[in-house]
Amino acid sequence: MVEVILLRFKSAISYILRTPKLLLGLILLLSLLLLGLLGPYFVDVDKARPISVPTRKPPSAEHPLGTDGGGRDMLAVIITGTPQTLKMGVLAGLVGVTLGTSLGLIAGYFGGRIDMMISTATDTMLTIPPLAILLVVAGSVRAMAVADMAIIIALLSWMFPARTIRAQVLSLREQPYVHMARLAGLGDIRIIFEEIMPNILPLAAASFVGATSGAILAGIGLEVLGLGPQRTPTLGMTIYWAQLYSALINGLWWWWLPPIIVLIVLFVGLFLVSAALDEFVNPRLRRTG
Amino acid sequence: MFFVVVILAATLNFIIPRLAPGDPIGAVLEELRARGAGTQSDAEDEIVAAYRARFGLDQPVHIQYFRFLFNTLRFDLGYSISYYPQKVEAALLRSLPWTVGLLAISTVISFAAGSFFGAMMAWPRAPGFMQRFVPMFMVLSAVPYYLLGLILVYIFAFVMRLLPLGGAYSSGTIPRLDLDFLLDVIRHGILPALSIVLTSVGFWALGMRGVMVTVLGEDYLTLAEAKGLPDRRIFFAYAMRNALLPQVTSLAIALGTVTSGAVLVEVVFNYPGIGWLLYNALRSSDYYMVQGVAFFLILTVAVSVLIVDLIYPLLDPRIER
Repeated sequence: MVEVILLRFKSAISYILRTPKLLLGLILLLSLLLLGLLGPYFVDVDKARPISVPTRKPPSAEHPLGTDGGGRDMLAVIITGTPQTLKMGVLAGLVGVTLGTSLGLIAGYFGGRIDMMISTATDTMLTIPPLAILLVVAGSVRAMAVADMAIIIALLSWMFPARTIRAQVLSLREQPYVHMARLAGLGDIRIIFEEIMPNILPLAAASFVGATSGAILAGIGLEVLGLGPQRTPTLGMTIYWAQLYSALINGLWWWWLPPIIVLIVLFVGLFLVSAALDEFVNPRLRRTG
Repeated sequence: MFFVVVILAATLNFIIPRLAPGDPIGAVLEELRARGAGTQSDAEDEIVAAYRARFGLDQPVHIQYFRFLFNTLRFDLGYSISYYPQKVEAALLRSLPWTVGLLAISTVISFAAGSFFGAMMAWPRAPGFMQRFVPMFMVLSAVPYYLLGLILVYIFAFVMRLLPLGGAYSSGTIPRLDLDFLLDVIRHGILPALSIVLTSVGFWALGMRGVMVTVLGEDYLTLAEAKGLPDRRIFFAYAMRNALLPQVTSLAIALGTVTSGAVLVEVVFNYPGIGWLLYNALRSSDYYMVQGVAFFLILTVAVSVLIVDLIYPLLDPRIER
């Protein structure tokens, strides 16, 4: 058993090394994770609180990324803000994919009226811009914590996974081994969990990365509008404060540029990983690039 | 489908704010107090009652709902709380042309350019530099519009001072229909449009490349080549035309995200469209305005999807009624 796991692990590592896209994406994401995990050991994160350092100072030896208009050390803000953004994305992505996978499984496997209901709901919700719903929710619920935001966003990120999983289950349902299992007298629950689930897991993993990226995009969007958690210095809220106090036209580039760079690294990393996973699931895409 | 989306949107607008704690009239009173208005407690009760009657909050819930639905469907979105007595739909209609203009122009440009580049990337006889676009497109397509927007403003407007920092026209000019004003609008529109186009062109290019690879493997392409048709004709009339169909379908799906992104671009550029209206409404807790904007966003997307559905038969002769 241990040998099998070791072998699997080895082949996974060699696959990663053979796929530059996946390797680069993982390196980008890991470096952000390390920034959040190890940063607090090197930098005093208490300086991320308002009025703990002088305001609007350009980068210097003491404040490597300068300080913002509220008296926060930007490096400390980035180090505390990055894990918050990651946490929100992963939480929302997990809930969204679990919800979407279950709905897609049910719709695809049972078909008929249930399928029609779930598919209509999915298609309708896909048309509605998530930001519109989030706005109404966020406009009504004033004080939000990172976890609240993750849950609200998760409730709006199940549609794409549901769609992809449903399509996959539709074709899996007609596979000979599923028919065999049914002839052998296996119940629906056992067929779903033992015959179908293992085959949709890679796809679910790919849509998890996609959903996480979408959730972070939605969350940052809300934060840039000033609807994020007010007391936690998340990356989006930092951009909101910078925007509110006209950091741009005052030439305070060290206020808004670092969070943007971290976000770009994050989005590009997630994009690369999800593209690589898509290629793994759907080998026809594996070609150039 | 179109009506289902619209009614669902109106219903969500009705339910969600009522589920949430806190009440809008309390917020208005808070604001009145902050402005130093008189605050005798007996007068306050009267104010509350007057506001409740004015906004119909003293009726039973189901009557409120049907009245809300009816009003929403004929575009009566209520009074803006912070711009009272202005109506929400008046403010929305004033800013709508800016949003639709910006969004339509930049989406059309990025869809057309992206589809063309994507098709070229999959085309084996395309010039070699096309392949080098792939990594650049991929990186850009992962970046949110407004983040790129901020960087573009900083470089081109703040450091190089080539283009205006924001707004839709120079302050002090009066909107009118002549060449000077039009040029001014275009100059202000370049950066917002560019930030949308640059970040979304990759999405279309990658999608197109994927479909194109499949189409290029079809038998009718081999036949077209065997017939000795010119390359250009095979590329446009045989390969690209067929690969475009799934692209149009994904346009309908992606419009929601595109619209949300464009709203945030407006905030970055102080562009006087719906996004800017929303930003100000949020800052002054103008609930009705926020709801109106949300409803309008959904409506915009639903209308665009409807348009895409209507155009589809023109592109695909197989679908005819």
